[in-house]
Amino acid sequence: MVTELELFAPALYESLFPAGISRYAVGGLLVGLGAVGIYLGTGISAGASTFLESTLSYVSDQSRFQRYISSRDWRVVFTLGIIAGAFVYAVTFQSGVVSSGLYESGATGQVYDVGGITLWLTDVQPWRLFLGGILVGIGTRIGKGCTSGHGVCGVGSASKTSIVGVITFLTVAIGTAQVVMALGVSP
Amino acid sequence: MTQKRHPLFIPLIFVGGLIFGFGLGFSHMARPEVVLNFLQFEDFGLLFVMGGAAVVTGIAFALVPRLFDRAPLTGNIYGRRLKAFDRNVLIGGTIFGVGWGLSGICPGAAYASLGVGNVTILWALAGMFVGAYMQGYWRSQRARTKTQATNTD
Repeated sequence: MVTELELFAPALYESLFPAGISRYAVGGLLVGLGAVGIYLGTGISAGASTFLESTLSYVSDQSRFQRYISSRDWRVVFTLGIIAGAFVYAVTFQSGVVSSGLYESGATGQVYDVGGITLWLTDVQPWRLFLGGILVGIGTRIGKGCTSGHGVCGVGSASKTSIVGVITFLTVAIGTAQVVMALGVSP
Repeated sequence: MTQKRHPLFIPLIFVGGLIFGFGLGFSHMARPEVVLNFLQFEDFGLLFVMGGAAVVTGIAFALVPRLFDRAPLTGNIYGRRLKAFDRNVLIGGTIFGVGWGLSGICPGAAYASLGVGNVTILWALAGMFVGAYMQGYWRSQRARTKTQATNTD
């Protein structure tokens, strides 16, 4: 994928997009396509974070989770589909079995091999993942959506609530990541 | 959702999730490092993931309700994803933002991360369930107190 920026200001392009843009754009189109497929067939705008509460309704009788009982089974299927789809990517592009000019592999994290399949591990420290995860769990559920519900389906619906939600979490996330980096926490 | 579902309902949800998860893997959004590089202004490519996805859903959500009445597998009327705005959108969005900026992972990307082999992401998933449970517990308690207060009035 060649953009005008790449042709006329290669140094600027390289600093803004060191991994190019095609893998991001193609991946984003597929994320949108997955959501649209479900919408076309069912009329449902699926988000990823409701799964957290709907799955808790299997093990908790707190009244808050009971509203998700009718959707909890298909939300489990949606999440299993996401895991399986990412695994299909792992056995194809991540393992180098399939390659494309649109795909840039990158050098983040660690790779390891299981039965000829290249798998990937993050270097980000467990305490950051766990503590951040707790805040993501609280925030997405109180804030009525996450990156997929607000960011993909809500913005796609031109919902003002979702646009405000996305601006809020994106701005705060940028500020937080910058502070964490300035404090010297890495990875 | 009615008791009797179309036989293709669950398969379609799975296939939709499959494409969605493949996209998250392919785009590297399933890697916390790539999200952190974006938030730290080192690689702006991630804008194209959310942007690309929102363009596709935007076209579908604008066209489909004009072309068709009801979804074939559920009979649901096609609508847009519109939620009421209140203080919670800002409070929740802020808490989510701190968590996302600290960890580099959001719910959908965390599920996909597991699929690319990242077992370490189980820390984040465990945290998300703990957080979702905490807010559910608080809100259930508050709802109960409110009902009791109304009953004694």
